Amino acid sequence: MSIDLGLPQRPLTKKDFTSDQEVRWCPGCGDYVILAAVQAFLPELGVPREQVVFVSGIGCSSRFPYYVETYGMHSIHGRAPAIATGLATSRPDLQVYVVTGDGDALSIGGNHLIHAIRRNVNLTILLFNNQIYGLTKGQYSPTSRVGQVTKSTPLGSVDTPFNPLSLALGAEATFVARVMESDRPLLMDVLRAAHEHQGTALIEIYQNCPIFNDGAFDLIKDRSQQQARLVRLQAGEEVVVGAEGERKVLVRKAHGGVEFVDEAAVDRSAAPGAPGSVVVHDPTNPDPSDAFAISRLDGPEMAHVPVGIFRRVSRPTYDDQVREQVASALHAAGGASGDAELDQLLRGPDTWTVP
Amino acid sequence: MSSKPVQTLRRVVIRFAGDSGDGMQLTGDRFTSDTARLGNDLSTLPNFPAEIRAPQGTLPGVSSFQLHFADHDVLTPGDAPDVLVAMNPAALRANLADLPRGATIIANSDEFTTRNLAKVGYQTNPLEDGSLDSWQVHPVALTSITVEALATTSALTRKEKERAKNMFALGLLSWMYSRPIEPTEAFLAGKFTSKPEVLAANVAALRAGWNFGETTEEFASTYAVSPAPMAAGTYRNVTGNTALALGLVAAAHRSGLPLVLGSYPITPASDILHTLSGLKRFGVTTLQAEDEIAAVGMALGASFGGALGVTSTSGPGLALKAETIGLAVSLELPLVVIDVQRGGPSTGLPTKTEQADLLQALHGRNGESPVAVIAPQTPADCFDAALDAVRIATTYRTPVLVLSDGYLANGSEPWSVPAIADLPELTVEFTTEPNAVTPDGSPTFHPYARDPLTLARPWALPGTPGLEHRIGGIEKADLTGDISYDPANHDRMVRLRQAKIDGITVPDIVVDDPSGSAKVLLLGWGSTYGPIAAAVRAVRAAGHHVARAHLRHLAPLPANLGGVLTAYERVVLPEMNLGQLALLLRARYLVDVRSHTAVRGVPFATTELGEVILTHLSEVSA
Repeated sequence: MSIDLGLPQRPLTKKDFTSDQEVRWCPGCGDYVILAAVQAFLPELGVPREQVVFVSGIGCSSRFPYYVETYGMHSIHGRAPAIATGLATSRPDLQVYVVTGDGDALSIGGNHLIHAIRRNVNLTILLFNNQIYGLTKGQYSPTSRVGQVTKSTPLGSVDTPFNPLSLALGAEATFVARVMESDRPLLMDVLRAAHEHQGTALIEIYQNCPIFNDGAFDLIKDRSQQQARLVRLQAGEEVVVGAEGERKVLVRKAHGGVEFVDEAAVDRSAAPGAPGSVVVHDPTNPDPSDAFAISRLDGPEMAHVPVGIFRRVSRPTYDDQVREQVASALHAAGGASGDAELDQLLRGPDTWTVP
Repeated sequence: MSSKPVQTLRRVVIRFAGDSGDGMQLTGDRFTSDTARLGNDLSTLPNFPAEIRAPQGTLPGVSSFQLHFADHDVLTPGDAPDVLVAMNPAALRANLADLPRGATIIANSDEFTTRNLAKVGYQTNPLEDGSLDSWQVHPVALTSITVEALATTSALTRKEKERAKNMFALGLLSWMYSRPIEPTEAFLAGKFTSKPEVLAANVAALRAGWNFGETTEEFASTYAVSPAPMAAGTYRNVTGNTALALGLVAAAHRSGLPLVLGSYPITPASDILHTLSGLKRFGVTTLQAEDEIAAVGMALGASFGGALGVTSTSGPGLALKAETIGLAVSLELPLVVIDVQRGGPSTGLPTKTEQADLLQALHGRNGESPVAVIAPQTPADCFDAALDAVRIATTYRTPVLVLSDGYLANGSEPWSVPAIADLPELTVEFTTEPNAVTPDGSPTFHPYARDPLTLARPWALPGTPGLEHRIGGIEKADLTGDISYDPANHDRMVRLRQAKIDGITVPDIVVDDPSGSAKVLLLGWGSTYGPIAAAVRAVRAAGHHVARAHLRHLAPLPANLGGVLTAYERVVLPEMNLGQLALLLRARYLVDVRSHTAVRGVPFATTELGEVILTHLSEVSA
């Protein structure tokens, strides 16, 4: 449904994707970094900006569409995946992004998130996770850690948090990734891979809220601690953590699951898949067990935080199949219906005539 | 044709009643279809429990189908049956109170066992104890005769043979009222193509029922009802849900927009989803969502992309959709929301009818959130209501709520099928060019600039170069659509959105006042059309003067409504709620509207409304 006005073609730049709206996030908010990265990334797609749509819900992150010079909808709390599903299904020519936060996607909109993921709709979902409600001024979120003291939990939260990636994998996700907001190269890589992916790509972006949850990710941002905690997932390679000399390697446990062991203690003779064998990261593995096990490495204590692409598999998309059913029915009937076919439809099989 | 004497009747009301698993809805549907073919006017009322299979033989499990057919135009499914077909004691017990003395009861005597009688509290068998002496009772061993008729021809089990007893009943009633059974045979052939044994049994049972009527001495004569005079045309029988679905497809075709339905299963609206999901050949996309909120969200997302976004639901679902409809009000995008009302509050009476969602439809959202509201008045009228809803939604870029109800949804009537080419033109123009200039003189796009006539904003689709823009639920600045918290701007936008709805073109309400001397006006909206019109007709036939008018547009209201209300000494408004429209009209027009209400889950009875009218007439003339 794209309309060619014969406008001159020139390579787009970040400036072309920057709207005239004043950005109103708090100074130091991690959202600025993500916005800048996305605006820098979009030109390299080579997709005209009118074919890009950002749909968001409610929350700090959900103001994102206003700042990107594309089409956009700032909708209502939690519902962006549903609205984006309707848009993506009816408009295959568009690149549809959903921007959401941990409260928007995992609390009020949890149902829509898991159903968009299981359907595998052609959407890229950017889930900004700052483990707090920002726009409502500092209540705990479904990713806040147990015991977190917030405005609404003066004695500490008693809710067990969601692990968003475990949730997504349990919901039959075909593309799951995590990035630190400050890791621009990885964010660009993941956005690129998500763009190439057919179906729902969920990208969790750890994002610092300097006002209500400042320092939530310091353990993995801090250079001195980062190396011992951050697990950079690379397809086809062993899953490792730690500096040279202190390196740990991910191996399979005897009764399911995975664990890091000192590199020196690794039994390289163990048969692939056997207890003690090294885990070689394969995001394309149809069996999501390894990806799930890796997602479980992360916890509130942030001992080991995997980043990168956890899962990237191929499965028919919802919107393609919905359109295919309609297209097949049209094809079988010899094309679009005209007045004669409509008249036949209205009459149905059982008519009588009054002269 | 029967060889017994034929008596001619002008009108007949038949109620088929049985257990939920007895196939009463199918039996009624088939009798209706054959009746429609004969040219009688008709109206139907299915009445069934929410449970799929309540315990067998119990009162909660009774399902019924009522059909009113006549040699003249029929406005309602009829107050009281002339004939009750009772497939078991529960069906008799549940329906006897509706049956006037002297009416005919055909009862399946096989089911009147001690155990079945006890299930519904009969101490003795009413077919034998004289308690039904005021009625004409015909006990017929429907089950055993059916099984016997199939004894030599069918390899089916006894239980399977018994299941054909509804066709035996249909055959008997078809004989009694001179209906042909060949169309039903053709229907069965299509339904049971892959089950020849079942087909053979059903056809044999149908014929056995017809032959039983012809040979037994139980029935002395048959009856005939002549065709009703109807305008020339091609007719079909149609339910409200089917008519609505067809109306949406026709409207999409006339508008050139692809139809996208987002829906979540809910009684009594699900048939709209079922019907449309089978019409992919017409370019229809149906999305069964994870919940009611997602369903309307998907429809709205599709509208944003330039499709005709529609969602269908019932009252509880409308409540869940409220926030998204509010978003659509703010986005000013076309959206059609169909609410097939049922008894409430909460889960209420899922399979029964009510009109108690009016205030929810008009006002059930946060903030000043005006929408257009349309109420169809008969099953076939649902087709026109759908077209009208699409016209308003696309012309004014607004959500439109269509208030059908359980009676319209499942009830049926003959419909003079229009030609597609004769339907209104609904072509939509998308905006493809900038519509404003920036202070420095370069072209730009203002998503909230308005058409001066309709106050509609431009519909510029994603994919249109140069018109990139963002819309959202936060208050936006007039014209530019940028976020704005400015007090004066908000006041202006609230008033603009209201003015847009108030300015929607709707036809004047038409008053039916043949003598011109009526002092009392009967006003209605939605599915009360039939009962009110029938009651008014009866009262007029008795020599009284009474005026009648029916509202189709609840928002905006017709411009002449205030004048109509004040032109009569008394305005009487029957509603299947506790007086919701009356409340609004009293507030808005300062007219002392008299409310008559009932929320029993079934349409008003004509006689009941007739008495109400007579009471008001006597008070006014006194």
